[in-house]
Amino acid sequence: MRTTITLAGISKSFLGVPVLRGVDLELRGGEVHALMGENGAGKSTLLKVLAGVHRPDAGSIEIDGVEHSFAGPADAQRAGIAIIHQEFTLLPHRSVAENVYLGREPVRRLRVDRRRMVEETARLLDWLGEDGVDPTAPVSALPVAQRQVVEIVKALSTDARVLAMDEPTAALADHEVELLYDLVRRLRQRGIAILYVSHRMREVFDLSDRITVLKDGAFVTCAPTAELTSADLVRHMVGRELGTLYPERADPAGLGAVRLALRGAGNARVREVDLEVRAGEIVGVAGLQGSGRSALARAVFGVEPFTSGTLELDGVATRITSPRGAVRQGVAFVTEDRKGEGLALRQSVRDNALLVRRSALPPRRGRAAVDLAALLESVNVVARDEHQEVRFLSGGNQQKVVLAKWLAVDPAVLVADEPTRGIDVGAKKAVHHLLRELADRGVAVLMISSELPELIGMSDRILVMHDGRLAGELPAGASETAVMALATGHGVGEVA
Amino acid sequence: MTVQEKPLPVRTVPARTRSRGFAFTPTVVVYLALAVLLVVGSVLVALRGGVLLDQAGLLNIFTRATALGLVAIGQTIVILAGSLDLSVAYLVGLTSLVAAETMAGQAGMIVPGVLLALAVAAVVGLVNGLVITVLRANAFIATLGVALVLRGYLEHNYTGPAGEVPRTFQHLGYDRVGPVPVAALLMLGIAAMCWWLLTRSRPGYHLYAVGGDLEVARLSGVRTRRTIVTAHVLCSVAAGLAGIYLASRLGSGAPYVGTDAGFDLESIAAVVLGGTLLAGGRGGVVGTIGGVFILATLDTVFDDLAVDPFFKDVVRGVVLVTAVALYARRTVRRQS
Repeated sequence: MRTTITLAGISKSFLGVPVLRGVDLELRGGEVHALMGENGAGKSTLLKVLAGVHRPDAGSIEIDGVEHSFAGPADAQRAGIAIIHQEFTLLPHRSVAENVYLGREPVRRLRVDRRRMVEETARLLDWLGEDGVDPTAPVSALPVAQRQVVEIVKALSTDARVLAMDEPTAALADHEVELLYDLVRRLRQRGIAILYVSHRMREVFDLSDRITVLKDGAFVTCAPTAELTSADLVRHMVGRELGTLYPERADPAGLGAVRLALRGAGNARVREVDLEVRAGEIVGVAGLQGSGRSALARAVFGVEPFTSGTLELDGVATRITSPRGAVRQGVAFVTEDRKGEGLALRQSVRDNALLVRRSALPPRRGRAAVDLAALLESVNVVARDEHQEVRFLSGGNQQKVVLAKWLAVDPAVLVADEPTRGIDVGAKKAVHHLLRELADRGVAVLMISSELPELIGMSDRILVMHDGRLAGELPAGASETAVMALATGHGVGEVA
Repeated sequence: MTVQEKPLPVRTVPARTRSRGFAFTPTVVVYLALAVLLVVGSVLVALRGGVLLDQAGLLNIFTRATALGLVAIGQTIVILAGSLDLSVAYLVGLTSLVAAETMAGQAGMIVPGVLLALAVAAVVGLVNGLVITVLRANAFIATLGVALVLRGYLEHNYTGPAGEVPRTFQHLGYDRVGPVPVAALLMLGIAAMCWWLLTRSRPGYHLYAVGGDLEVARLSGVRTRRTIVTAHVLCSVAAGLAGIYLASRLGSGAPYVGTDAGFDLESIAAVVLGGTLLAGGRGGVVGTIGGVFILATLDTVFDDLAVDPFFKDVVRGVVLVTAVALYARRTVRRQS
């Protein structure tokens, strides 16, 4: 018999603020059920209620007609519910097998049965077709995509009947997403109920059988995927038509002078890069994970500086050897790791927004008064006030603070690495328009994204990287196939 | 609907049976350093016409290592769990008094004395653990507070040594097998037990997980509070054993025997020297024992050379900082 899990009337408040208001959700074995909603809609909280991390204030959880009340994550686990959290929940210093069995280590004669742990882990890895992963290797030695596999194996090893995945592709590159799809479909076929939380429209339509939409902590609708269009979904999530996600491209005739130029630039990760970005232009950089696109961004910003070739800013050859040097020369960098590198999470909106200005600019320029209110207004940050710690903001608002931090120093060149990673549709649109506004004001923007529709929708030109080199350049509006062909090492000509 | 069990695309990954050969882990480094220290120390002492590793020298090293070793084993456990214990030094003094006063010179009271001292230690550990987990006080502050409470109690009630252990109990402190004191062997036995506990038992696995990432451990169903409290109880019991051992050596209880030896910071130094991350989650007892013997050997060498005690501290400080810098270099790695 296929399992059915019914959540009915789930409510939950934090410090008097309702986050979930009477949400209903029904999962069936053998289906992929997408849970959608903007950031702050309550998806993660609902997931944590299901996982036994939070106790609901009201409502019930029934599994096959039996009501359950989870006192903690261990209870939910025993009931067959497994969660893959948005952030990796792996211990980097411990081995794959130790991570998979964390909290449930098999014991034989008082001691942890390490052999069984390794064998069972290997069996699960094989079952998933991932026999390349070494169960005894420390997690820190694995690439990101394989860590995701370990997360899934960890979830499955509990004999899970329900697998809830919170933004499972957030850390994956496009080709790794395909592998994940494959995994999810196999899990579905084995009768597991999959709750799939994602911001990415395409994934949801590719994978899911049914979709439940939440808005502001309340249930909006639940319908078979086949009966919905992406426009419907956006309307349900946002409560209004969103309009076009991407702003108008730049007029090629209106572009300014070359602001950033690289000539034969290289370091240990990228080689022989030639590129130019003009004032007013957004140049997209595509490539698979490990192709050197992030390394290129980090090199321009002086994190891992170029060791050969030349770098010109506004036509003048210069050297950027540290992030501080980059900032002082007018280069800004939006990192792909927002929480780790982009923000001081426990500091206020104000401190974060002024961080670069205060620390890296020469004292006279840095100390000049800045209209913080206007700055925050210009990026449209929604926060309680400027003293709120940024860790309490949604991902989208956090990213806007990152952008404010750079706007505060009036950059000439902006390098944005995955500027919309992990933020909701509305915030994505806002970031897109902000980037375009910056370009219109004469900033040269170099944008990296692993989401091809975004990259194609935003860029005035697209550069594709492969294996540390620029594999080619494509005009605005190029097809995804053309980008992928270059990214995977085929010439443009080979794709008819 | 059928999904084919097709193999996934080939990727470049390490083979499953990748041999993980010899590596310069902190544990290896600390024992190499100990070996180098023994050689260099022997040469230096020999130049002054002495012998480092004769019967008396070995006895000296082992004796120094015994009490510190016990405290450092406990400290390793709490540090691995991501915590810390600054109350161990006063606890050593307190338990030495509890043991000696309960025994009061009577052989029949040995067992009750030992048990009572250990019970007192366990209660102090329980308090440490509960203050940290239930009141959510930072471990540094919580155990510093408990240390102050213990100090207040000791200062109010004692001015000097008190109690008396029976003669038979002093065998624990002075009996030896060749140049090795029985107590040092017991200490190593306890270290072995803790090694087993940490690397082979389920609570040990959970300890590493809690120290590695509290939230990850919690989300994986580990009872994090219980793990931290248990770690603190074990740490305090280890300090209690050190107090009992010192009572046996001294013949009585002494309120400041632990603080005079600086067991609080010294034990943390030994743990860190042994390659355990101060942040928790990585390291172990084996390294700590190496660290303890390095500190004990340094002291013995300096005594033999009659070095100025201030210079001694300078060298210890340099050794500690060098070790930590060395380990930090190894663990820095960037993911891209």
